[in-house]
Order: sequence, then structure tokens, then C-alpha cells
Amino acid sequence: MNKAEVISIINEFLIDEFEIEEELLVPTASWKDIGIDSLDFVDIVVVVEDVFGLSIKGEEMANINTLQDFYSFIEVRLKA
Amino acid sequence: MNQRVVITGMGIYSTIGLNINEVLSSLFKGTSGIHFDQARIDFGYRSGLSGKVPTPILKGKLDRRMRVGLAEQGAYAFVSTEEALAMAGIDADYIASNEVGIMFGNDSSSKAVIEGTDIVRAKKDTSRIGSGSIFQSMNSTVSMNLSVIYKLRGINTTISGACASGSHAIGLAYMLIKNGMQDAIVCGGAQELNIYSMSSFDGLGAFSDRNNEPTKASRPFDRSRNGLVPSGGGATVIVESLESAQKRGANILGEIKAYGFSSDGSHISQPNVDGPSRAIAMCLKQSGLMARDIEYVNAHATSTPIGDANEAQAIHSIFGSKVPVSSTKSMTGHEMWMGGASEIIYSLLMMHNGFVAPNINFENPDEFSSKINVIPQTENIGFDRFLSNSFGFGGTNSSLIVEKFIK
Repeated sequence: MNKAEVISIINEFLIDEFEIEEELLVPTASWKDIGIDSLDFVDIVVVVEDVFGLSIKGEEMANINTLQDFYSFIEVRLKA
Repeated sequence: MNQRVVITGMGIYSTIGLNINEVLSSLFKGTSGIHFDQARIDFGYRSGLSGKVPTPILKGKLDRRMRVGLAEQGAYAFVSTEEALAMAGIDADYIASNEVGIMFGNDSSSKAVIEGTDIVRAKKDTSRIGSGSIFQSMNSTVSMNLSVIYKLRGINTTISGACASGSHAIGLAYMLIKNGMQDAIVCGGAQELNIYSMSSFDGLGAFSDRNNEPTKASRPFDRSRNGLVPSGGGATVIVESLESAQKRGANILGEIKAYGFSSDGSHISQPNVDGPSRAIAMCLKQSGLMARDIEYVNAHATSTPIGDANEAQAIHSIFGSKVPVSSTKSMTGHEMWMGGASEIIYSLLMMHNGFVAPNINFENPDEFSSKINVIPQTENIGFDRFLSNSFGFGGTNSSLIVEKFIK
């Protein structure tokens, strides 16, 4: 899966599952900027396992600051 | 303090109507909300009978965070609370500047518990459950979610008193307001209907198995009754001090005159006559009224052989044979945690529209129901004051008296 596909899948579930406005999904946006809080991390963990088959932890989500960081985090984990 | 306590709003999401106007029509016509659900039989139920309400569509009305923690019965309660608050004229601005509380009757939330446990059993990982499950699982799911949705800042609690939960919630709210501790409380009851929620109850053989006659199955006080029919939904009443209601210029739907309660002190599932009788007697004593002052009794009667017989004896011993009695559960089925609140609404609708709704399917009395005045068909009887009974497992009993408001 290339970087563009990772970004596309993440943006798609953020829009569909988390009801975030598409125009807010810019790489520099923080979780707070797009209205995601620590409770939402719990649900993102579930969705990430469903769509990418990756097992991640909520604590890892808390250490990610921007959407760009999240895209990169998933990309790296997919290659691991 | 001894505040007068009134009802200024009501909302309902029920098997006999999804709002006040639809429910009023069904009550007058004697419409049954009971249907047969093959899925229950396939799942292992003895009875396929149930009340049925559609799933409310809340997307667009509530944001995702508010929806994910809301259990099925919480969604019903949200719809009924929207209607009740609108009727009461209480909006977000009022709530922001006044201490409005919430006390809801709810005594289970099965689906999220079972589905969450299934996920952990399968995945061996609690992080797969998701964030909404805990807020859907707890008994206080309705009050905790609605208090956040509406940003309520007064009392925030759930009353779990089995099938009297909704009635106790209103009664306890009445006490808090009467004593001057709160001005307004969003009150009510909510009941889940999903297939998990009723299976253990079905396992007791408590449900009617008249599967081929759904609308005839719930027949409180009738000689051939053979069990209750489970049902559910959401019911909300806005309980408020008279002073607060008048200050806001609110329309007053009725005045709560008294709350009576008791515990049977006997069997876990078999009610007796003494417990309900004492709750009714306490309610009358608290109201300062005489038995003859009660003009309609909305019975708890669920269509079980023992419960109905015992309630008929209690009603007869206190009120005699004349007062009109009906169990609206003949139409709605047994709304359990919600019933004590919904039946206040049903009775208020009758009181304001000059009729007594029928105890449908009451065709032949038994030894005990023959001694009371069960109303089998709609009667245009005007009344100004009623008593509503709610009883539950463990022998919990609650009675409320409500009357038309007179300045």
C-alpha cells in the first residue's frame, strides 16, 4: 500500500465514521483541530485494525500530533 | 419548604404512537401495539410477542460523540425528551441559566454488555470494544447521556426499581421539588426492546405464548390471561415547582399530589396484596384525599395471573367497586422500566380529553376482577384526578396521584 492509498483510507474513515468535515483534513491539522479527543482514539484503534489489519494502542495515538504524523505512523507500521 | 409540584411537559415514544398526538389517538381507539416477532422464536424464546418501535434516526440531530454512547432505550428517551422539553418551553438558554435535573427510570442495558463481552471473548482484547460501550452498558446510561446532551446542571441520576422504575423516578423527583431542592427535573422511564434484553424474563415462562393472536395476548384482568407481553420505548415528563412554572408562564398539565411506596417484604417474583395496598394507602394519606376522591385508577396489571388478581384485591379493598380502572398495558404491553412514566402520560391524556382508555381484551372477569370496575371499551368519562400504580420484582411498589391543576 503506497502513501497516497494510506492517506485516502484514513481520510475516508475520518469523514465517514467520525463525521469530520473533509476540508479540515489537512496534513498539518492536529487531533484537536479536527475535533478528535482521547475517547475517539479508542474507536480509531478499532477502525485501524478493521481497515489495515494493524493492532495499535491508544497510548500510541496520544503521541501522534498531526494528521501527517498519523499517516506516516500507519505507513511505517504497514511496512514493518 | 412545601412547594406544589406540577407537570409542564410530556413526550412519548411508544408502541402505540411515536408522539403525544399519535398516542392520544391510539388510546382513544384502543389500538394494540403488540406484534409477533419470529426472530425471538428462532433465538430460543418461548414467546414471540413484543411491542415494537422503529429505531430513531438521530444522525443530523446529535453529533457522533453523543450518539455512540446512547443505548437503544437512550435514543427512545432522547426523542421523548425533545417533545417534552418543547412542550414545557424549556430551551438551551433556560437550561444554561437554571439548575435543571434529570431522574430517569431504567433497570437494564443488555445489548452493549453482551456484544462487548462477545468481542472480548473472540479477540481477547478489551481495546476492540470501542468507546461507546461503557456509556451504553451502565444502568444510568439514559440519565448520563441525556444530562450531557442537554447540558443539565441539577440532580443527575437513574432510578432502578424494576417495573416501577419510571414511577419511582417521578415520585422521588416530586419529593425533591416539594422540599425545595430543585425547581425542575426531566423525569421519565426508558425500556430497551432488543432480543437480548428479554430472554431471561422469557425463560421464567412469564410471557404470554398466545403467539398466533398478538393483539389479544395482553389481557390484564381477563380470566384467560396467561402472561405479560414485553414492550418498551421512552417516556418523559417535565416535573417542576409551581412557582417555577408560573414564573416561566408555562402551561400546566397537572399537579402531582402524592407519592406512595412500599416493599412487599416477601417473594422475589410473586407479588402479594399487602405491599401494593400499603403503597396506595400511603399515597392517599400523603395527598390528604379520600379514596372516593380518586376518579380513575391506571392499574399496573400486566396480564399475569397472580399479579392482576392481587392488584384487583388491593384496588377493591381501598376503592371499592365503582372507580373506573383500566390497564393500558392491554394495548402497549408491559413497558417495564418505562411503564410508570408512560402511564402517567397516558392518564394525563385521558384526563385532558375526557375519556377513559379501554382495558382491551377484558372479555371475562375472574373472581377478583369481577369486583372492580374494569373498563373494557373507551368511555367518555371526564375525570379530574387519577392514581397510577407500578409494581416490580422484589416487591417494589409505587403509586402516584395526579390531578388537574387548580390555582
